[in-house]
Amino acid sequence: MPEITYREAIRHALAEELERDENVVVIGEEVAEYDGAYKVTEGLWKRFGDKRIVDTPISEAAFIGMGVGASMLGLRPVMELMFWSFATVAWDQIINNAGFVRYMSGGLINCPIVIRGPANGGTGVGATHSHTPENMLANIPGLKVVCPATAYDAKGLLKTAIRDNDPVMFLESTLLYGNLGEVPTEEYLIPLGVADVKREGTDITLIAHGGAVLTALKAAELLAAEHDISAEVVDLRSIRPLDEETILKSVRKTHRAVLIEENKPFCGVGAQISSMLMQKAFDDLDAPVLRISAIDAPAIYSPHLEAKQLPRPTDVIAKVLSIC
Amino acid sequence: MANYIVMPKLSDTMTEGTLVKWRKKEGDKVEVGDVIAEIETDKATMEMEAFDDGILNKHLIQEGTKVLVGNRIGLILGKGESAPVDAPAVAAAAPVDKEAPEKPASAVNGAPAAQQAAAPRPSTPAAAPVQRNDGERIRISPFARKLAQEKGIDISTVTGTGPGGRIIAADIESAKPGAVSAAPAAAKPAAAPVAATPAGAGDQRLPLSGMRRVIAERLLTSKTTIPHFYLNIEVDAGPLMKLRAEVNAASEAAGGTKITVNDFVLKAVIAAAVKVPAVNASFDGDAIIQYANVNLCVAVAVEDGLVTPVVREAQKKSLREISESVKDLAGRARSKKLKPEEYQGGTITVSNLGSYGIESFSAIINPPQAMIVSVGAIVKKPVVGPNDQIIAGQRLGIGLSADHRVVDGAVGAQYLAELRKFIESPTLMLL
Repeated sequence: MPEITYREAIRHALAEELERDENVVVIGEEVAEYDGAYKVTEGLWKRFGDKRIVDTPISEAAFIGMGVGASMLGLRPVMELMFWSFATVAWDQIINNAGFVRYMSGGLINCPIVIRGPANGGTGVGATHSHTPENMLANIPGLKVVCPATAYDAKGLLKTAIRDNDPVMFLESTLLYGNLGEVPTEEYLIPLGVADVKREGTDITLIAHGGAVLTALKAAELLAAEHDISAEVVDLRSIRPLDEETILKSVRKTHRAVLIEENKPFCGVGAQISSMLMQKAFDDLDAPVLRISAIDAPAIYSPHLEAKQLPRPTDVIAKVLSIC
Repeated sequence: MANYIVMPKLSDTMTEGTLVKWRKKEGDKVEVGDVIAEIETDKATMEMEAFDDGILNKHLIQEGTKVLVGNRIGLILGKGESAPVDAPAVAAAAPVDKEAPEKPASAVNGAPAAQQAAAPRPSTPAAAPVQRNDGERIRISPFARKLAQEKGIDISTVTGTGPGGRIIAADIESAKPGAVSAAPAAAKPAAAPVAATPAGAGDQRLPLSGMRRVIAERLLTSKTTIPHFYLNIEVDAGPLMKLRAEVNAASEAAGGTKITVNDFVLKAVIAAAVKVPAVNASFDGDAIIQYANVNLCVAVAVEDGLVTPVVREAQKKSLREISESVKDLAGRARSKKLKPEEYQGGTITVSNLGSYGIESFSAIINPPQAMIVSVGAIVKKPVVGPNDQIIAGQRLGIGLSADHRVVDGAVGAQYLAELRKFIESPTLMLL
């Protein structure tokens, strides 16, 4: 199986879907002539032309709104946000228009839009460019939220997201774009709402999404090598729909869980899952469910401090050891 | 502010206490530190001090009443206060004791009644206890609780090894069959003789004293959860008797007190434990605790039971220091004046029944220790001498009961060999 980057995997997904369905269009700032701010859409404009790959002004509210409107009329727009941080100026379009139009129209109108782009800290670009809004988005009934951690998942999930008939928020990471991973050449799809056990284990379940999955995997490796603790890593892949089955199956096996996310702690994804575990796995827990997240502050500009703000494998190991 | 006085927990094994005497009358003024009552615990009678200033408004229990730790026994009011309407709140006190005496008498068959009487609470069979005997809430993970229920393990007997002493699944997995009550419904066996013959004419039913209850519980736990094994030796006490005579003659001449045979044996037990430290240990679920100090418990028979006061850091003490502290501790044990810390934290116990003419025996381990040494009487016996001649020997029988989870047979034997060496060449222990 060839190894390609996470960035290429997304590009391949876009290209395959652009090829497969003429209603698929890619819209965003610098996605066409400049080949994308992070070069995800490189070569697509040359290959598919002006009508399918569309540059926009710096105006998220306007172009996301346009994409929502286009999707209501039957297109399948894939909107690129240079950073998910900029979604805040298009909040009304994302939530009230895309998220609720099916409900507000009594099911007459649906909105098959994908909004994608990087949503991560850790790159020293400051508080206003480092948002991780998956928890905010997942709080909206009507929005689907996907956070792939690997090239394989990014491709399979994006293709499914584009084919989905409802709005899907697709959160990537600039830190993952260059990561290589095995991706089959033949077509495949990964359904939304199916978590993936990235590493099998018996003593504790580490639950993560996006970049935190890699942190969890590294921690699991060290736990096995240095502490003889066998950690299972569950990659949520999609936050909503949430694969409760896989989480519960794992926790019922290991009886312990640590939730890891690069998001801020307050009302984070981990809070939602730990509440679910309390309700559905209480009698299976042999220790309190613990959470690890970014330190509760705006993303710190100083790279040295920001590196400490985000969860590291050592943080995971310390939490695991406190309950194992 | 109205402050209730509650039965204090005066020792680690105390679950209930008897109010022996009120030292303050109703209406008396009370200051912090005043002695307000005398409380009999399982081990001693102790003075109870006031924690609040005010007027002792009410005795909620009468002298001679036994109540569980934490129950209200009196009420102190501040100036100008009146008693709260819910004041008398002793209803929950010691239901076991109140019900127990009546039932067996009316029962046709003793067994069911005895079981009923011994059931700690009239709870539904499946309900797991939430408190230990000492009233402390049991910290247990939900999964461990479920597991314990499935396996029928009484969680109040399980030691938790999780954070903060929480019982976790591994503790339930490793709980020995001894900690398993046959069915969750089965009565706690501590006070339940299987077939107590109903009291007939002339028979007496003697309620358990606090001490008797603790002895029953601890020794039952020991004998049912610790895999005992027993070793016995007979040693030549001649040299020891000779040395003792010399030491005491010198001591007497100097106006000192006499060293007893038991003091010598204790010194030898300690010295041998230093040589074979593996016996100075405890089993603790997933680990063995190896003690740095030999804290020697000496079994002392008292009026209605026994106590085991501790000679701390005994390996650092001379023969005379051991002799003196044992004399002091035993004296105060008999008059019930030991402080709790004086009978807690022992690591090895010695029980000596020599003065009763017992030649040898095997004692029950004093948990959580791994070993108890049973000392018999020095008896004159014919022994085969070095040239196969029969000579009159002075023989001492010594038994060792050990926890096989901690001490193996060979280690126990090695320990007894060291002990023999010290007793048969007693000058070694004076070095």
